Amino acid sequence: MKLPIYLDNHSTTPCDPRVVEAMLPYFTEKFGNSASRNHSFGWESEEGVDKARKQIAQLIHADPKEIVFTSGATESDNLSLKGVVEMYREKGDHIITSSTEHRAVIDTAKALEKKGVKVTYLDVGKDGMVNPEDVRNAITDKTILISIMLANNEIGTINPIAEIGKIAKENGIIFHCDATQGVGKIPVDVQELGVDLMAFSSHKIYGPKGIGALYVRRKGPRVRLEPMIHGGGHERGMRSGTLPVPLVVGFGKACELCEQEMASEAERLIKLRDRLEEGITKELEEVYLNGHRTERLPGNLNLSFAYVEGEALLMGVKEIALSSGSACTSATLEPSYVLRALGVGSDLAHSSIRFGLGRFNTAEEVEYTIDRMVKAVNHLRAMSPLYEMAKEGVDLKTVQWAAH
Amino acid sequence: MAYSEKVIDHYNNPRNMGSFKKEEDGVGTGIVGAPECGDVMKLQIKVENDTIVDAKFKTFGCGSAIASSSLATEWLKGKTVEEAGKIKNTEIVQELNLPPVKIHCSVLAEDAIKSALNDYKKKAEESPKVESAASSS
Repeated sequence: MKLPIYLDNHSTTPCDPRVVEAMLPYFTEKFGNSASRNHSFGWESEEGVDKARKQIAQLIHADPKEIVFTSGATESDNLSLKGVVEMYREKGDHIITSSTEHRAVIDTAKALEKKGVKVTYLDVGKDGMVNPEDVRNAITDKTILISIMLANNEIGTINPIAEIGKIAKENGIIFHCDATQGVGKIPVDVQELGVDLMAFSSHKIYGPKGIGALYVRRKGPRVRLEPMIHGGGHERGMRSGTLPVPLVVGFGKACELCEQEMASEAERLIKLRDRLEEGITKELEEVYLNGHRTERLPGNLNLSFAYVEGEALLMGVKEIALSSGSACTSATLEPSYVLRALGVGSDLAHSSIRFGLGRFNTAEEVEYTIDRMVKAVNHLRAMSPLYEMAKEGVDLKTVQWAAH
Repeated sequence: MAYSEKVIDHYNNPRNMGSFKKEEDGVGTGIVGAPECGDVMKLQIKVENDTIVDAKFKTFGCGSAIASSSLATEWLKGKTVEEAGKIKNTEIVQELNLPPVKIHCSVLAEDAIKSALNDYKKKAEESPKVESAASSS
């Protein structure tokens, strides 16, 4: 087993060697501009792009023509929200989204609010799930867009997208879904889900960074978007700019591999993840699962370790790459807004760790991680005044803290 | 964020980690911070003849908070009550090489020292059998 261990696969993933292999010729021999129509260099590149578009469309059961390449899911989310608002402003000015969306959606919505758009941020249940009935109840005659994520990047909770899609359709409202964490990991069918726009990314599924896609429905309804980037009219005019062909080809290959291996890989990851949770909770008391017990991404495990602070815990397991909802690890010095939205207390939000298992993790790494986590938590609990007080029978909630 | 060697050392080998009985004679206890804010420090001193003969800490917080309080206990030992009151957070920042975002950890440690000293002084005033209380208050 090699150290360090990478358990942060929600953040990004390494490129699969098979993906890199597919990409390589497109850097050197097949370097043409896929938009060049008059020579074989262009045709060759275009062939690569066409194949990738098919591979990507197939993974989500879409038509290849419905795939618009972007620089990543952040751009796709931006294009969806801003593009819909600009195109359909005359129809209305209201967007519905949820409080646990990725920042690419929340911050875009906030930017639109400054321009006069009204946004409803739906609360989620304590398992992190959006209630479809809340979506229905938030709809007004001015609603032009609903944007709800498929699976959450911190807690892995999978939303009832198909139900929300049905509600959107009944009301004739465009439905955007940020599916960045879900595509490639769980079955995604744009028809079944009833989404009109769907953002996803290559680097979360063992493809290269710098490329993503936006699914844009062409039929029933045909969705139109005001572009953010103008130029040569690439990607049906929705996103101009020469395609980064090697990245496109890699993205395509990554999707193909995910499709072929999804079922067996999901099963393997669930086993590893459940073993990780079981191994940790068998040795440690007061460890709490954040998110939904079953409706959760296969590789996701988000735990709060009461009485210890997340960043300190990460420091104790330096040779394992993990992420925490602790304020100290965020740029804003606020604990995870996702965990807060679930009603997790600030104290437990500070104590949370996200484990993100992926394609290249092994059972041996999981065993090592269990052992290291248990030792680090015990080390920190021995040092924790909160643990001591709790052991003495003090109810921490009744203590008058001198907040600073 | 990369931690300084000293922070890592205090984290791995915390000095004077533990607790005194609060009601013990000559013991001053300071608890500062709040769980919601992500850090709580408990710092305790044991005073004999106006000198801090022992100090202990327990901290819930990041590595820098742990290191700040661990370092504080080292510095407190051997100091008089008056000297201890002069420890400044900036000295902790300097010693541990704390980056700007971690300065609040050193502030918390200074608060914890002050709080422990005040607790000791209050107790000393209330129970006259502890010697040397008057001189330090």
